Amino acid sequence: MCLAVPGKIISIEPNGTGKVDYMGTTVVANLSLLPEAKVGDWVIVHAGFAISRLDRQEARRTLRLFKQLEKLNSSD
Amino acid sequence: MTRRETSAELFERFRSNLTIRTLLKAIQREIKPLNRSLRIMEVCGTHTMTLHRSGLKPLLRETGVEMVSGPGCPVCITPDFYHEAIIDLVTSRRNIVVATFGDMTRVPTRKGSLQTTVPAAGSEIKIVYSPEEAQELARNRPDSEVIFFGAGFETTIPAIAFTVRQAASEGLKNFSLLGALWLIPPAIEAILQSGEVTIDGFIYPGHVSAIIGQQAYEFVAEKYGLPGAIAGFEPADILLGLLSVVRQIRQGQPTVANEYRRVVTFNGNQKARQLMAEMFEPFEATWRGLGPIKNSGLRLKKEWQSFEAREKFRLRFEAGRPHPAGCRCGEVLKGLIDPVECPLFARSCHPDHPLGPCMVSYEGACLIEYKYSSGAKRK
Amino acid sequence: MKQISLEIGSGGRLMQEFIRDKIVRVFNNRYLKPLHDAAFLPEGLALTTDSYTVDPIFFPGGDIGSLCVNGTVNDLVVSGARPEFLSLALIIEEGIDMPDLEKILLSIKKAATRSGVKIVTGDTKVVPRGQADRIYINTAGVGRLISRPQPERINPGDKIIVTGPVGEHGLAIMLARNNFRMSSKVRSDCAPLTFLLPLWKKGALWMRDITRGGLATVLSELADRLKHPLLVEEEKIPLSRAIRGAVEILGIDPLYLACEGRALIVAGEKEAAQILKYLKKNPASRQAAIIGEVQDRIGRPGEALLRTRSGGLRLLEPLTSELLPRIC
Repeated sequence: MCLAVPGKIISIEPNGTGKVDYMGTTVVANLSLLPEAKVGDWVIVHAGFAISRLDRQEARRTLRLFKQLEKLNSSD
Repeated sequence: MTRRETSAELFERFRSNLTIRTLLKAIQREIKPLNRSLRIMEVCGTHTMTLHRSGLKPLLRETGVEMVSGPGCPVCITPDFYHEAIIDLVTSRRNIVVATFGDMTRVPTRKGSLQTTVPAAGSEIKIVYSPEEAQELARNRPDSEVIFFGAGFETTIPAIAFTVRQAASEGLKNFSLLGALWLIPPAIEAILQSGEVTIDGFIYPGHVSAIIGQQAYEFVAEKYGLPGAIAGFEPADILLGLLSVVRQIRQGQPTVANEYRRVVTFNGNQKARQLMAEMFEPFEATWRGLGPIKNSGLRLKKEWQSFEAREKFRLRFEAGRPHPAGCRCGEVLKGLIDPVECPLFARSCHPDHPLGPCMVSYEGACLIEYKYSSGAKRK
Repeated sequence: MKQISLEIGSGGRLMQEFIRDKIVRVFNNRYLKPLHDAAFLPEGLALTTDSYTVDPIFFPGGDIGSLCVNGTVNDLVVSGARPEFLSLALIIEEGIDMPDLEKILLSIKKAATRSGVKIVTGDTKVVPRGQADRIYINTAGVGRLISRPQPERINPGDKIIVTGPVGEHGLAIMLARNNFRMSSKVRSDCAPLTFLLPLWKKGALWMRDITRGGLATVLSELADRLKHPLLVEEEKIPLSRAIRGAVEILGIDPLYLACEGRALIVAGEKEAAQILKYLKKNPASRQAAIIGEVQDRIGRPGEALLRTRSGGLRLLEPLTSELLPRIC
């Protein structure tokens, strides 16, 4: 099962694992597949491994798109 | 997005009623000139889950989009003979520890399931959440042979690759892998080649794509002329993907759209792809329902054979008749029938007593249909 | 089925069938038959019993001691009875540490004092190592009826109230088993519901503590008894922040997670407003909310429906056997 929600890296251990926070619940994730990950990044974790970094700029862009569509609808 | 905004608030907006209504309306607007309804296949169990759990499926149907579930559940597409081979082993040999994901233990076969099986003395079946947990078991139990029985797509395979390589570098001799490792693009191609299902386009999986990237699906647009979009897992993500697919159809310009850009890049996770290529090689694997598909499975390369449970324990894979008679999981996985069209569905086959894997897995189309669909209330 | 499987005890459909076919049919009598949380005896008395096998026996927010008192007390409260007396039967595995046992007994005492119940009889058995898992406890409770649940008076337009955030006990137990490399602030909500007793005089028609199977199962079972369908709004169901994070990680549905200190209440529209006001004043139910209502327009009789955040409708089925056993 894929975990849709990104968590935030709050610490990185010397052994290559990181503590990832989901609204107060934390998991230990292996960061080996995401060597560029740093504290403060939002990441997608799957089967105990961080596999992707969340691009916040893109997330914001999508939210803006929703807003535009809303306007388009209301002008119908 | 302000600095204080948390991921919680972010995903709220991807689920909000307003966003959903907005997107549905936009889809409706695009679909109207087509004067027909569309059949779109999703190839990811988590998408199937989101569609049902959020109640989107009937709303989409009203909008003119029929969602068809494809082979998006790794537990479901793993044929019985993997389970039967490991059941034979754990019931006949001492000091074997089979570590596997929870869903895998409940898949019913002619030899029972891993859950109902009685292991030989000193042997046992352990549920784990990550391949690394299985490796930890091997470290802590040097007198046992630990086999990680893992089913997964490209999302899970890099984690397994990493774990095996780690075991090799540690010189861990009592750890091995029985992998049921499946690749999505060859399965999509097999579905298209068979020509059995009529589909107008695809919603591509989110996190499989995070690994393999947008480039992996280009053949669908180029060779088969079908549109598609990569989508995330929130309801709004899926609708955004559908909006793109419908637009591609209306404009007659099929492509691979990436509507999950906050997570998926064009080339995916290079490090993970390198690791997969280093450890595994493709082979013609047999899928439940779809049968043998060229280059659709991964197995450990020659140099890692000492970690291949199949070799190490001489496991015998015996392809047999589907179990049980009447179970139509195979057709469900191909998108040929809806779960409700299977004669066993909700009659002799239900979550308390599953007869096929699609009723076992959280990502299985039958279990999801049973749990969440209002149209099929059973008494 | 030739052998008993764990699923029989999971609180789901198989358990309902087992109770109907193997218990009620055999012991059939007019006190047993209604299958309430407690039996209504002559002279205005109510009797209930429950066994506790939770694993682990200590967990964030409680232990098997507080659980075995609160669980039984709550069954009486939601049946309309003021809990008065409890029995206490301990089945102890040989070798359990005395300080652990003392800690549990102290929890029992504290919980009993808090609910105003007296432990008036009991039993102690010790079984050889391996024949039980540390300790199992059975309690029975007697209470005096101050009202009777009136499901037959529930009508369309009546409101459905939940007394606080759901899922905390179930999740705290799952995490306490330490399987997930997870740490969390989630604590069990294990607590007595005696503060709900006055609501029987404020128009509550029906109450149920939300235990195994979670909110979804309770709603689905209520719908089964009624002539009208139920509709609840996902958006209005209170969930704590930590629960929302944890269920995302684990991919589980919080509506199927158990509570041990929350109840579902049904009351008429006017009364529900009064009840909500009362609940919000109490620290134990500050986050209480009206989450839905009894329907006459949407759905079919017997159905409990959820309007999702996305605006879709989905059916709430009772729990099937997927969640982990031994949470209470």
